[in-house]
Amino acid sequence: MKKYLLDLTVRSVERIHERYVLIKLTDEKPLPEMLPGQFVEIRVDGSPTTFLRRPISINFVDTKANELWLLVAAVGDGTRKLAALQAGDKLNCLLPLGNGFTMPQKAEERILLVGGGVGVAPLLYMGAQMAEMGCQPTFLLGARTAKDLLMIDTFQKYGRVCMTTEDGSSPSIGPGAEKGFVTNHSLLQKERFDRIATCGPTPMMKAVARYARQADTECEASLENLMACGLGACLCCVEKTTEGNLCVCKDGPVFNIRRLLWQD
Amino acid sequence: MARLDVKIKDLSLKNPVMTASGTFGYGLEFADLMPLDGIGGIIVKGTTLKPREGNDYPRMAETASGMLNCVGLQNKGVDYFCKHIYPQIKDIDTNMIVNVSGSSPDDYAECAARIDALEKIPAIELNISCPNVKDGGMAFGVTCAGASSVVKAVRERYHKTLIVKLSPNVTNISEIARAVEAEGADSVSLINTLMGMAIDIEKRKTLLSINTGGLSGPAVKPVALRMVWQVAKAVKIPVVGLGGICTAKDAIEFLMAGATAIEIGTANFLDPAVSIKVRDGINDWLDRHGCQSVQEIIGVID
Repeated sequence: MKKYLLDLTVRSVERIHERYVLIKLTDEKPLPEMLPGQFVEIRVDGSPTTFLRRPISINFVDTKANELWLLVAAVGDGTRKLAALQAGDKLNCLLPLGNGFTMPQKAEERILLVGGGVGVAPLLYMGAQMAEMGCQPTFLLGARTAKDLLMIDTFQKYGRVCMTTEDGSSPSIGPGAEKGFVTNHSLLQKERFDRIATCGPTPMMKAVARYARQADTECEASLENLMACGLGACLCCVEKTTEGNLCVCKDGPVFNIRRLLWQD
Repeated sequence: MARLDVKIKDLSLKNPVMTASGTFGYGLEFADLMPLDGIGGIIVKGTTLKPREGNDYPRMAETASGMLNCVGLQNKGVDYFCKHIYPQIKDIDTNMIVNVSGSSPDDYAECAARIDALEKIPAIELNISCPNVKDGGMAFGVTCAGASSVVKAVRERYHKTLIVKLSPNVTNISEIARAVEAEGADSVSLINTLMGMAIDIEKRKTLLSINTGGLSGPAVKPVALRMVWQVAKAVKIPVVGLGGICTAKDAIEFLMAGATAIEIGTANFLDPAVSIKVRDGINDWLDRHGCQSVQEIIGVID
């Protein structure tokens, strides 16, 4: 897919949580085609401490409103500066990067999308694209507490939402969360899926991968290794795979778990 | 429009701007984002005789105005390059230069000889300065004897333009430059990265898998500029300057310090189209100052 370097305009920055902001970007021209699971490399401000671009996964693309949504966890210097953006600001974006998730071929395919923390971000766009083709995705979303479950109302527009929280608290909307980690959810005992897509903290994704192997279910995981160029040039973000070191930015970020050395 | 063309021995560059090895892939990765034929040369990823997996992750750490890397020459080997990559890049209308590394003089020479056979590769950059590999790399580049031994072996088997990339991790870089000049190098490029380190104080661990890595980016520019100036005075062969160049102003500083051409490295990560902007900025500066040619500013600093 052709890559673009664009100065997008910030339409809004919404603080949806004490640590997370939802940034909506737009452009005068129609935004390029982007696939679920792909990401954007953002130039923060070029200051000494935010020198390299920041990779942020594509949370949602609203083609009608010509908007690109990014869900950003304000955790370091760079992402805190992104969180402080104002409507009208310009943001230099390199996009779309990486491969993206495998999309279902038929509407009947049963797909489970498992996310944790800010890792839920790309699953929204994937679920929305699936809904558009008539698929009914199931989201399984995990967080520490109910207030850390992000964008639940938006996820509910596109599929069934199941949740877990580590403290057992439930948000005011939806079916109620089960206590524990995503892999403890009763859904996994009751139902079988044709494919799983997961994004979140590595320990969570490894647990999901273990479940998928036991259940003999195809599974793709989206990795978040530290990267510099985003284009497969610097070879900094490598992951060990059955084919040797591969670039998460170019060969990923989405990998079938069979290619990863995640046997633990 | 000033004349921007320069020569490195027999190698003609349409302008003095090249991209540095390891920061621009094989050029193809950037093809959507800038016209590859708009710059004077593309120095592709470090290539070795045998495939190398490189070092473990993590290989990169962002530091103040720069970054550390310890990639460790990951590449699929020269035969893979010749068979699979060369056909894809040979028709790019600029100088496609291969950066060659190895773990012994014979290794380097064999790798160079295989690239000598490729019609559309007019030059190599010999990497005797990689700080991230145990065997070879910088081990050769930090002594005159080591540097000479590699250049001598390669010169016997490589007949096109030979650029030797020097390490800044030495006491006297001019001595190394003179040693490789004496063995027949056509040019020297400098600097490779400076050995550095960074620590995560919460985890009490270094940020890189092999503890140390090479520092690049604007943080190293003043050091690089000083070394280019020293080496340009010490040798008669053309000098290629690199180290933290992000803007046309940075590039012009290197040209004034004595570099015949420059390479852009880490800045490619910040702005994939930066090399074209640097080229245009050099041209604008020359026009503004009434210069007919870039030659008028090369080495003007005594």
